[in-house]
Amino acid sequence: MQTFIVVLALIGFAAIGYTMGRARAVMTAGGVPKDLHSLPSYYGSYTALWIGLPSLILLAVWMIVQPQIIDGLVMGGLPSDMTAGLSDSQFGLLLNDIRNVATGNISSRGDDPAVAAAATQLSSLRHTGFILMVVAVFGVGAGGLAFARNRISPTLRARNTVEKVINVILIISSLIAILTTVGIVLSLLFESFVFFTKVPFYEFLFGLNWSPQTALRADQVGSSGAFGAIPLFVGTLLITFIAMVVAAPIGLMSAIYMAEYADPRFRAFAKPMLEVLAGIPTVVYGFFAALTVAPFFRGAGESIGLDVSSESALAAGVVMGIMIIPFVSSLSDDVINAVPQSLRDGSYGLGATKSETIRSVVVPAALPGIVGALLLAISRAIGETMIVVMAAGLAANLTINPLEAVTTVTVQIVTLLVGDQEFDSAKTLSAFALGLVLFFITLALNVIALGVVRKYREKYD
Amino acid sequence: MTDTTSSPQGESAGPARRPLTISPHLAKRYARERLFRTLGLASVATAGLILLVLVGSIVSKGYSAFWLHHVDLTIEFSVDELNPDGGPIEMETLQKANYLGLVRDALKREFPDAASDRRERRKLYGLVSPNADIMLRNMVLNDPSLVGTTQTVSFKMSDDMDTFAKGFIDRDLPESDRRVTDAEIKWHDHFEAEGRVHVAFNIDFFTKGDSREPEEAGIYGALIGSILTLTVTLLVSFPVGVMAAVYLEEFAPKNRFTDLIEVNINNLAAVPSIVFGLLGLAVFLNFFGLPRSAPLAGGLVLALMTLPTIIIASRSALKAVPPSIREAALGLGASPLQVVTHHVLPLAMPGILTGTIIGMAQALGETAPLLMIGMVAFIVDVPQGFTDPATVLPVQVYIWADSPERAFVEKTSAAIMVLLGFLVLMNAIAVLLRKRFERRW
Amino acid sequence: MTNTSVTTPDVDVAAKPPSVEQLANRYTKIESRDVNVYYGEKHALKHVDLDVYQNEVTALIGPSGCGKSTFLRCLNRMNDVIDICRVTGRIALDEHDIYDPSLDVVQLRARVGMVFQKPNPFPKSIYDNISYGPRIHGLAHGKAELDEIVQKSLERAGLWKEVSDRLDQPGTGLSGGQQQRLCIARAIAVNPEVILMDEPCSALDPIATARIEELIDELRENFTIVIVTHSMQQAARVSQRTAFFHLGDLVEVGETEAIFTNPEDSRTQGYITGRFG
Ligand SMILES: Nc1ncnc2c1ncn2[C@@H]1O[C@H](COP(=O)(O)OP(=O)(O)OP(=O)(O)O)[C@@H](O)[C@H]1O
Ligand SMILES: [Mg+2]
Repeated sequence: MQTFIVVLALIGFAAIGYTMGRARAVMTAGGVPKDLHSLPSYYGSYTALWIGLPSLILLAVWMIVQPQIIDGLVMGGLPSDMTAGLSDSQFGLLLNDIRNVATGNISSRGDDPAVAAAATQLSSLRHTGFILMVVAVFGVGAGGLAFARNRISPTLRARNTVEKVINVILIISSLIAILTTVGIVLSLLFESFVFFTKVPFYEFLFGLNWSPQTALRADQVGSSGAFGAIPLFVGTLLITFIAMVVAAPIGLMSAIYMAEYADPRFRAFAKPMLEVLAGIPTVVYGFFAALTVAPFFRGAGESIGLDVSSESALAAGVVMGIMIIPFVSSLSDDVINAVPQSLRDGSYGLGATKSETIRSVVVPAALPGIVGALLLAISRAIGETMIVVMAAGLAANLTINPLEAVTTVTVQIVTLLVGDQEFDSAKTLSAFALGLVLFFITLALNVIALGVVRKYREKYD
Repeated sequence: MTDTTSSPQGESAGPARRPLTISPHLAKRYARERLFRTLGLASVATAGLILLVLVGSIVSKGYSAFWLHHVDLTIEFSVDELNPDGGPIEMETLQKANYLGLVRDALKREFPDAASDRRERRKLYGLVSPNADIMLRNMVLNDPSLVGTTQTVSFKMSDDMDTFAKGFIDRDLPESDRRVTDAEIKWHDHFEAEGRVHVAFNIDFFTKGDSREPEEAGIYGALIGSILTLTVTLLVSFPVGVMAAVYLEEFAPKNRFTDLIEVNINNLAAVPSIVFGLLGLAVFLNFFGLPRSAPLAGGLVLALMTLPTIIIASRSALKAVPPSIREAALGLGASPLQVVTHHVLPLAMPGILTGTIIGMAQALGETAPLLMIGMVAFIVDVPQGFTDPATVLPVQVYIWADSPERAFVEKTSAAIMVLLGFLVLMNAIAVLLRKRFERRW
Repeated sequence: MTNTSVTTPDVDVAAKPPSVEQLANRYTKIESRDVNVYYGEKHALKHVDLDVYQNEVTALIGPSGCGKSTFLRCLNRMNDVIDICRVTGRIALDEHDIYDPSLDVVQLRARVGMVFQKPNPFPKSIYDNISYGPRIHGLAHGKAELDEIVQKSLERAGLWKEVSDRLDQPGTGLSGGQQQRLCIARAIAVNPEVILMDEPCSALDPIATARIEELIDELRENFTIVIVTHSMQQAARVSQRTAFFHLGDLVEVGETEAIFTNPEDSRTQGYITGRFG
């Protein structure tokens, strides 16, 4: 909150600088703005940038560095018998307790005088740090102002400078997308790497047994469970398969009907309907699957003497298929609409009926695009989380029987990471290994699908 | 199918004509045509039907959450309890008094014979919401003159009794198969017969945070959490997304690097949301040390997720602005940046805003990545700021859906109705915006 | 082409040819030497040497794709916005090289304005269309001055009477001819020294065309004008000098009268008599 006020104050300072810079520019031009190289407002922005940018950068760096220094000082000041022989995580817990005491929260170690003393020290260091920061930041801002004022003259190309800075900001913005990808890949790789030092790579990829929760005590030797992910992969594929069995025909036929048969009025009603279906949050589908569809299948199975699990792959898969229908249909709709009318006309000219034309001309012509759409849909299904978390099983079960409960990669990631996490246990880290597999499989599917679709578009554009 | 070559056999001098009768073969082809068409229509209809079933099942389960049954009890604000020492009433005594006792006394007075059995007594006390004492305390603190009087006070029924009163529990079932005992039904009927049970709008549902008691639980905390989270998302993803789109569309040279950015953005749009959650956990929480469960971290994760949507939408909006506008401005001596800020961006803004709203609607419904960064905790307090522990609407749905109480099913469905309401509203705004500012060049 | 006697049946040279005195006092506003333009590999303009004189109308003619627009866009560096375009050679405005890296292209474009083939008013009010240029160049002090510039520009473009009562209405709501005059007014408002016009009348009917041509003739007094046109009649009517381009070469340049009555090159002759192009 305090930092927020500092940022606001800096922005205010920059705004003042803006007016000062503008006035200064007009003054140096002898009151004739026309003699300036740029409009006066650019001299204002020039000044504001010189105030705002360096000080905000300093602020950001300060915010990252200060806690580290203060933590070091505080922990260094603790009696040595308290910190001796602590593991990293215990060290972190102690530090956390001190922080809690310092912010006035109740803590399990609140009565310990050493902790209390450290907390007081922490608060006072924070306070000093904050004052120093405010002084430094505004000092830099004032320096920027003085510098900019000095530079301002009618020949200063203020517009060009301001635009160059803005251009850099624009470039940085578009790099954030790349940074996100890099961040994903690096964080997944890093945590997975730690995981693979604990569990061999081949055991993870080819093992048939998954039970990460069997560790009873963290310090027990050899307590880590089994990390063979094959049951998860099979479960994921099973549910994805069921989803595609539902979504592919319905989505595709809907798309064909909408593109080839439906009149505009029907389209105007049906398209938004499908969009609504697409816009429903997955948690809602999950609730629907768990509360309506699964009991329905179970009941239906019972009535014909089948034993259907209440967390059956069938229920999760069918609902996931429903979720994907609009995805398949809208992508295929685009693809089918891109098939040139001349192809259809050729077929009609030979006396083919509409459905014959669709089956023998339109669909084959659109096939690459349709395949691309289906691949994207598969990628969606594999990565979908909430439906399976709410409607599929938790226990790994190596089966392809859709009536039984199976678990999936995403379900395991969620169950492993919700609740307490210890970043040195194989259990927590295995979630990142699963995430890595998930990321690369969906990435491969997406790259192939987008490539296929792009090729297809180029053919008809 | 023009048949120009005709056989010269035949008596007439002109070409022989093939009769235009419908062959059985053709009839079969038409039958297949009809079948195909019907299949298509059936597919669309299936989708529509599913939507109806989905919405219908949620509304039918959730509509009843918007009201609650209350029961009137006669409470004696006894002096013994509230002012045992006599003299002027002291606030401190009022604070600490045993209000639960007052409620229990009232119930015991109502049904003296139930009070003998310990288990039955517990059931009796459970007739009204466990928060009844807090309500009484607030009443007395607000108006100390109540001390010594006897008042009729209306209390929320507990969740099971409320569910029964709403008629969702069949009283004809054997006692072991239903969640309310015969005795509870008897008590309910007693109050009902005296006209002391009444229905009221469940205002707490919209004004309170989560609770372990279904009748006390509300979505306000989650709603505020959603608003805080989406604020962060919007503040980050909108400017960054628009600036990235402007750079890529208006300034970037066409080279390998910008191609890479482009491919990267398209792929990012298709990365599973849970992977973004892992990123948030590893980078925002563990590396940068942002607070767990906070709207700040959640909003940042969602911002990264929404970014591709906003960039793609903004780029196509920018692309739709005709180049002649840019040329006109450039020809007048506007700098490229002026061209963009004065002309292109304002013209593209409706499209950009539409894309942004759609991205925000997606973010509002997103659950999985937020589970990763701990926004799934049980949080009673309404979050006050961006770094307070919070949860969001869809996660609240997930939490309640996991709770065993029957009354939470109703709450879950109601929360979904609220969530869907917001989504419909946002999408309606997007559609309106698109309609209103649709421009053809 | 053996035919040497030129017949230009439907072209009559109406624009006032410069007098002897004027000829002697000609001032070279723009000087281009050995200008080459490449679009990627394509050599679109080859070794062009062309001078543009002050207060005259110079017409650029030639068959489609010969590089007229390309040359025109070199004169205010509008080609800079095309990634693959590369310009070599020297173009000087008042003897200053406009491709000098230290020159600010924005200021160049304020001095060399441009009117495009298709009228392209901003989707803003008429007033905002005109006032935009003066605003970004800081030409006006306050609203009153801006109003005055707007009115003057519209008057000079012959549009004031038609739009004075609806300045706040969108410029896109005007007729095609009015829109083009609005674009001319918009260019004038910045008070440039040179105005480049790329087929300004190609989207207009004959009456609107006639008005614009009149306007061009009037504007010559204060501005230097370079105009690209596909209409021989138009070139003859409005210009003092004409340059004929063919396949990226500047084939011939000279007094309009001379070009149309007595061209030196057989390609020019073929073009203006309508044998190709
Ligand atoms: N942006 C561009 N990219 C690639 N080539 C271009 C580009 N603009 C023009 N050219 C090429 O340069 C040559 C000259 O084009 P220019 O537009 O100057 O012709 P023009 O004489 O104005 O023709 P017109 O009378 O049809 O307008 C043409 O061959 C054209 O294909
Ligand atoms: Mg041209």
